[in-house]
Amino acid sequence: MMDKLIFGRYIPGSSLIHRLDPRTKLMGAIFFIIIIFLANNVWTYLTLALFVALAVGLSKIKVSFFINGIKPLIWLILFTVILQILFTSGQTIYFRFGPFILSEEGLINGAFIFMRFVLIIFMSTLLTLTTMPLSLSDAIEYLLRPLAVIKVPVHEIALMLSIALRFVPTLMDETEKIMNAQRARGIDFGEGNLYEQMKSIVPLLIPLFVSSFNRAEELATAMEARGYKGGEGRSKYRQLSWETKDTVTIIAFLGLAVLLLLLKT
Amino acid sequence: MNEIVTVNQISYHYTEEDARPALNDVSFSINKGEWIAIIGPNGSGKSTLAKAINGLIEPSGGEVKVGPYELNEENIWSIREMVGMVFQNPDNQFVGSTVQDDVAFGLENQGLPREEMVERVREALEKVNMLEFAEREPARLSGGQKQRVAIAGIVALRPDIMILDEATSMLDPKGREEVLRTVKEVKERENLSVISITHDIDEAASANRILVMREGKLIKEGTPEEIFSYGDQLIEMGLDLPFPEKLKSSLKNSGINVPSEYLTEEGMVEWLWTYDSKK
Repeated sequence: MMDKLIFGRYIPGSSLIHRLDPRTKLMGAIFFIIIIFLANNVWTYLTLALFVALAVGLSKIKVSFFINGIKPLIWLILFTVILQILFTSGQTIYFRFGPFILSEEGLINGAFIFMRFVLIIFMSTLLTLTTMPLSLSDAIEYLLRPLAVIKVPVHEIALMLSIALRFVPTLMDETEKIMNAQRARGIDFGEGNLYEQMKSIVPLLIPLFVSSFNRAEELATAMEARGYKGGEGRSKYRQLSWETKDTVTIIAFLGLAVLLLLLKT
Repeated sequence: MNEIVTVNQISYHYTEEDARPALNDVSFSINKGEWIAIIGPNGSGKSTLAKAINGLIEPSGGEVKVGPYELNEENIWSIREMVGMVFQNPDNQFVGSTVQDDVAFGLENQGLPREEMVERVREALEKVNMLEFAEREPARLSGGQKQRVAIAGIVALRPDIMILDEATSMLDPKGREEVLRTVKEVKERENLSVISITHDIDEAASANRILVMREGKLIKEGTPEEIFSYGDQLIEMGLDLPFPEKLKSSLKNSGINVPSEYLTEEGMVEWLWTYDSKK
């Protein structure tokens, strides 16, 4: 279950998008989410859609993976779209019922909002499908680095993030073991009504919690024994390398922004 | 032979109120290139002793000397550079996200330049025969492989002393043998001194000298031959009994009649599940 949430996402590959620096991809995805709000007519949305289609095509990942990314959010999207349709008034009104209005403007707005959601999800799914979680945490550390000036513990945050990622499979293994051990003692997981199901989680969470604390303490001792004394004076083994294709990608994003500014009404 | 570790009359209490000290006036020394095994029942102070050598705990009395350094606030990081430690649980000492990242962790702490790290990581992984796994995540390694990575992490730091704190106790027999072999190879090649805290009879037999601890005190010291000649008393000294024997003795302690003959694990299961029907 959790497996799919976090790790089933990365799909190994060697496409251009896969080989981009994680910083490029992270910055690009964030930039895209910002500039998408510039779009306000058919031409701007068409430009954005073409851009996303190009990126998805370059990643050589099946479109079905992206559509799966939309599924968990479909109700939220539909709800927002319907609200938008029903409460936007305009000049061409087709239908009116109490506070609800069905207008041409409302329909167009709804379609745009829907597009906006889909494009954002496609773009962020593209980021997680083509970037290893570890590379992503490297990128986050790098991009947060300026914040060290205002005393944000960037190094510690990055270390916590990478240790957390490293322990996800370990803790999942452990969860599995505890579940089996509790099943052997007669607990049913995922059966009965909601209350019973929640109650069955308790004997799973408590041992998991206790053992995580023990692990954390042992890990801290091991780190100390290996000479860890905080971020100061530490060098880095993992390195990110910025290449021409990253510069080109960033220019492409900037170009997209300029194009949107020209096309918007 | 020159002494590399000297422990002089150290004591330690885990809490102020604790009447029974975890370490009680312990003294010994280790020569360069020597392999020492420390055995003793659980709670006898073996691990505490190991932690005192690289300053993970601060002894309340006495002194510890490692190489040219006296253990104190100032020298603690220099001492930790000389002493590498492998712990019991393979998972809880794996800091890096991949094998090579983990080996590099100690080097990063020392602030080495990247080119040197790359070189040392490769060298260390080669020495423990794990080079082909450099890119692997810990989840895809066996316990024995993880412990070998931990050893590589220590070798990369080029220490003088390696402490194994029950490093093989959570491994299957194959992993145990694999780790022990790696330790022997690395020790010879790097001229390391090894301190191994263990319940495993094979591991104790690999040592030049065995120290026996009980209730925080060093009670015996000798070559493996001398110590093994104590026979049955070895059990009291905390060398490992086969699991069915351990189970039998604790059942006996809770007042259950157990068969006196030796039982294999299967025999024990057989006896256990038919136990109630016999009554």
